Amino acid sequence: MSSFFPQEVPLSWYLLLSAALFSLGVLGFLIKRNLITVFMSIELMLNAVNLSFVTFAHQWHAVKGQIFVFFVMMVAAAEAAVGLAIIIAVFRARATLAVDRIDLMKL
Amino acid sequence: MHLILFFLFTGFCLAGAINLLLQSHPISSALSLIVVMTSLAVLYLLLGAEFLAIAQVIVYAGAIMVLFTFVVMLLNAGREERTRGSRSARAVGFPAVVVILGVIATVILRSQGLGAASLSDGITSTEDLSRVLFHELLLPFEVTSVLILIAILGAVALASHGDSEPHGNRDTYGNRERTAGK
Repeated sequence: MSSFFPQEVPLSWYLLLSAALFSLGVLGFLIKRNLITVFMSIELMLNAVNLSFVTFAHQWHAVKGQIFVFFVMMVAAAEAAVGLAIIIAVFRARATLAVDRIDLMKL
Repeated sequence: MHLILFFLFTGFCLAGAINLLLQSHPISSALSLIVVMTSLAVLYLLLGAEFLAIAQVIVYAGAIMVLFTFVVMLLNAGREERTRGSRSARAVGFPAVVVILGVIATVILRSQGLGAASLSDGITSTEDLSRVLFHELLLPFEVTSVLILIAILGAVALASHGDSEPHGNRDTYGNRERTAGK
């Protein structure tokens, strides 16, 4: 019964989930055309990396992996505050959120 | 039990992430990102990281996503439009992402010595975490508080007024005047 219905999950499955989430984040970053959604894709990538940090912390029984996730969360919070402020400033200047129209610095 | 919970919340996670990509309205994307983050909190708990699970709910699903939804509503963000750039991004993006996923998955599947997680593994308590954080890593912790302070100042400076004249809609302008008057 226990071999048919295992009670534990291999850690590689968590890592695969992390890789899948990261790839979806990259895909969103590339194909989404709205500035806010692009920013959300970045947050998705950060979360995927956090999951693999927690997985490795579990693998090596190391607390420092979890503390790294804690720092990533703090940096992500700061980044979200500044990034959204920049988005507000961009919207005020250009009156659009479409990434194709924000091309002032393009040659 | 662990297996059931893992598959359930992995399903929520992936469904939320795919829904984030499929929705064309930013507020729907934000709500599906909240689903992703909350299910990730449960996965952290399954891996024994109780403090991170709570912090994930409070910081990510709470604070950061409230900020996102607030900005989406403040800027009245509508549906995104498909352009020529989006077609070329799709043409390049899908193969590139498949390659990235393939490489990472190959590395993970070929790596040896990865263990397994079960519910009886025990939990890294907040006490263990804070013991390391406030003894060995006190300086990085304090530096992060300075970072947060600078981020707050930067966000206020960026979002408060801005000297360029707005040629946006009236709501943004009226909002600007009210904040400037305070």
